[in-house]
Amino acid sequence: MSTHMKSLALMGAVAAALGTVAATGANAQDMEKCYGVSLAGENSCAAGPGTTCAGTSTIDYQGNAWTLVPAGTCADVSLPGDRHGASEAALEADGYIGLARDLPEGLAADVLAQYRPTEMMDG
Amino acid sequence: MDHSTFAAALLDPAAPMPEGMTDPQGRPAGKRFDVYRNNVTASLIDALQTGFPVLHKLLGDKSFRTLALMAARHDPPRSRQLSQYGASLPDLIARLPALGAYPYLPDIARLELAMRSAYHAADHDALQTDGLSPEALMDLTPCLAPSTRVVASPHPILSIWRRNTDPDAPAPQPGAEAVLIARPGFDPVPHLLPKGGVTFAEALTGHTPLSLALERAIDAAPGLDVAALLTVFLTSGALCLPQPEDQ
Repeated sequence: MSTHMKSLALMGAVAAALGTVAATGANAQDMEKCYGVSLAGENSCAAGPGTTCAGTSTIDYQGNAWTLVPAGTCADVSLPGDRHGASEAALEADGYIGLARDLPEGLAADVLAQYRPTEMMDG
Repeated sequence: MDHSTFAAALLDPAAPMPEGMTDPQGRPAGKRFDVYRNNVTASLIDALQTGFPVLHKLLGDKSFRTLALMAARHDPPRSRQLSQYGASLPDLIARLPALGAYPYLPDIARLELAMRSAYHAADHDALQTDGLSPEALMDLTPCLAPSTRVVASPHPILSIWRRNTDPDAPAPQPGAEAVLIARPGFDPVPHLLPKGGVTFAEALTGHTPLSLALERAIDAAPGLDVAALLTVFLTSGALCLPQPEDQ
């Protein structure tokens, strides 16, 4: 190491950065996909054109559109009515890929069967 | 008629219909070709609008679609993947006298392109620093992750981008901004780079110890905030460790 790096002040700054990382975790915040909470056209997707997800939700709180939220907060997102969000992990655990509410019309029955019915507890 | 004649006529509304185009009854199919030509162009304009949402917002729908029409005719897709489309748009904007009053637009477009390419880049395991001493950290030779991007501009591009994606974001202030894009999970996240950040990023090749990269950054930007610089790179997931066989 050069004299630059041996300076106590500099290593103090490095130690401070390490402390911040340890306190916040390697990824500043863990995020998870949360279904049924997006406003129409504002579902998350940075994939761009030629993909299926960008801004494609047409209904507020659409049950098969997702938004990234801090991990563990999905079911707590406040929504009008009795709606709750459902994390991707929670849906997958029950074998579903979305929520069977606030969906566009005309979805085929075999598609609908993959969405979790609303009478089940959300969360 | 060969394929390139057909393709050229598709993107040039002044070009005559290619010879030999007929409908199922054998009659000339001029209107059918016009419909197809219109759909191809409209789909490319829509693709650019999807790919540059902030640029679309800044220009307004009418101006953006005029620009996108020029772009589609000037530089049609080179890749079969529409998700890659639009790479030449920043340079086209920079050459247009009509947009000269908005010198930040090309860099906004570059930022949006970088976000998109970060999304499509390979996954990586983020560098973990748990339990490392400052000295051990400084001896590591990290690389930038495949999804990491740096976009530097003489304009406040991240502030402009944020203001147009989050209505609660503060109004942009004049000044240069450099942006680090990192993808810790599914989606790319832009971070404001502190002074010296661009030099620091360029030094991280997977062979340079962090201590040396930091020295280069300090030489380029004396008085930089070392703790802030390291914190951005270590918490954003922008770094990876080279695999042993790469070294």
